[in-house]
Amino acid sequence: MTTDESTVDTNGVHTIERQSLRTRLLTANTFWIGLVLLGLVIVFSVLAPDAFPTVFTAQTLLIETAVLLVLAVGMTFVIITGGIDLSVGSVLIFAGMVSAKTMEAMSPNGNALNAGWDVILVGLVVAIAGGTAWGFLNGFLIAVAKIPPLIVTLGTLGAALGAASLINNGSDIRTVPTELRNTLGYGTSFGGIPNLVLVAVVITAVAAWLLHTTRFGRHTYAVGSNAEAARRSGIGVTRHLTLVYLLTGLLAGVAGFMSLAYYGSTTISAHATDNLNAIAAVVMGGTSLFGGIGSVLGTVIGVFIPAVLKKGFNIVGVQDFWQMIAVGAVLIAAVWFDQQRRRARNRL
Amino acid sequence: MSETANEPLLEASELTKSYGSVEALRGASFEVRAGEVVALIGDNGAGKSTLVKCLSGVEQQDSGEIFFEGERVRMDTPTAARKLGIETVYQDLAVAPELDPAANLFLGRELRLPGFLGRLGMLDKRAMRKRASQEFARLGVTLQSIDVPIGSLSGGQRQSVAVARSVVWASKVVFMDEPTAALGVVQRERVLNVIRKVRDQGMAVVLISHNMPEVLAVADRVEVLRLGKRVARFTAADATLEDLVGAMTGALTQEDAA
Repeated sequence: MTTDESTVDTNGVHTIERQSLRTRLLTANTFWIGLVLLGLVIVFSVLAPDAFPTVFTAQTLLIETAVLLVLAVGMTFVIITGGIDLSVGSVLIFAGMVSAKTMEAMSPNGNALNAGWDVILVGLVVAIAGGTAWGFLNGFLIAVAKIPPLIVTLGTLGAALGAASLINNGSDIRTVPTELRNTLGYGTSFGGIPNLVLVAVVITAVAAWLLHTTRFGRHTYAVGSNAEAARRSGIGVTRHLTLVYLLTGLLAGVAGFMSLAYYGSTTISAHATDNLNAIAAVVMGGTSLFGGIGSVLGTVIGVFIPAVLKKGFNIVGVQDFWQMIAVGAVLIAAVWFDQQRRRARNRL
Repeated sequence: MSETANEPLLEASELTKSYGSVEALRGASFEVRAGEVVALIGDNGAGKSTLVKCLSGVEQQDSGEIFFEGERVRMDTPTAARKLGIETVYQDLAVAPELDPAANLFLGRELRLPGFLGRLGMLDKRAMRKRASQEFARLGVTLQSIDVPIGSLSGGQRQSVAVARSVVWASKVVFMDEPTAALGVVQRERVLNVIRKVRDQGMAVVLISHNMPEVLAVADRVEVLRLGKRVARFTAADATLEDLVGAMTGALTQEDAA
């Protein structure tokens, strides 16, 4: 049938119309927060026309956000289920650590700097497996043992960091294969697009597809919106929640490998606030901490708002401590906005 | 009506269920035939909701047996009950408020795209919206648009969607736990009409309600629970309000009902 779906169908039954595109756009959080990001870019471009809107600034901005973006994409799924994952930063470090340690162990004299692609691929698999294992543990404790996500992931936040530190007696591993650093870490493709960014973009696109068009995504929203309704509708809520945390752990594993490639070190002390940055990005992007609402596009915007602020303030010459204050304000405003919307809705 | 219509479609025999030290069901029996509306009534705490939960797979009885079309069945999960064609509308609105009406109608039964993309898990949102708006129109559920979150609808519309969801998917039995509790007069009448329509299609409808005039208006038979047991059975046409209230409060008992 090729006729418009909002007209009368073959049985003469009136079907119900969709909202107009305009209404849908104006009621979407993502639209407004996107305008904020656009506004910031315009303001900084006007203030520093020679320094801000440049290819170099765009490249560094994208590279610096790539790892956080991968973490935040995973966090989006978790928060849509109404949960939280504080452990992503520690899991990232753990994954990088087991990966680096494995690559060292496979190399002569425990020095992986000259390791080839065979060793690097094993390192990638180990990083992903390490992240996935923590994700599964989180998911099992939350979905099966029914311990609150905040507590479980606060526990694994410490445990994963402790385990990572034990592997190399608390010090960083710095012999990351040069080949890996030159390709994934610093390499570019398609005339200047950093490979690290390409990886993040592909992961984000696949995640957006998964969340917005598949049954897995639909069930993620359903579990966050009303877990009991989802259960009664025959959705395997326990299994689904476990998979969502597992997915987030897996992505933290990938992020750990990306971080290894970029920094050339396991950077034990550099990820203490990754979890909060990821949560802030997701929430700023319009995903509701109460579950059931959210989008990957919003998260992308939410990742870039702090990054653009920081870069912009640096270029304009404002102390970047202001960035922290501004991000805090935007974050609180975003949550306030979400709550107002919910209250307005529930009054009906 | 064929002679099989006189056989119970769904029958519970001597169910017991305890939550800790609370005995919710103490040997409760129940039966419903195809093409009839049975009202299940009882005072608060009589065990109505627990009985429905056992019969729809949400809870499992401690002892006693459930028969479906004459065969003994086990209902470990809501999915097992649904496979038999049994659907339930819950009192506490088991809808996902952030999802739109179409998504709620297809919750747990999402249509997937044909071919490879469908095997990857991709949803056929267009087909679901189309089918949903047809079903809502058929059942007289009026909605302004098919893609607003269901939480932004009025209580009556939300309940209508919940009722529609069960009715659309049920093939044998529909349980309705206080389906009209939150509704206004017009919407209540509409839900009752849906109940009659479903009954006339040959389905069995089990209605739990506190509203006695409503029970007498729509039910064919009435079964009364008191303290976890069936204490009386009535044909609605012969029963009076006094009979029902008497049975609920214990003033009236029928020896053969349990």
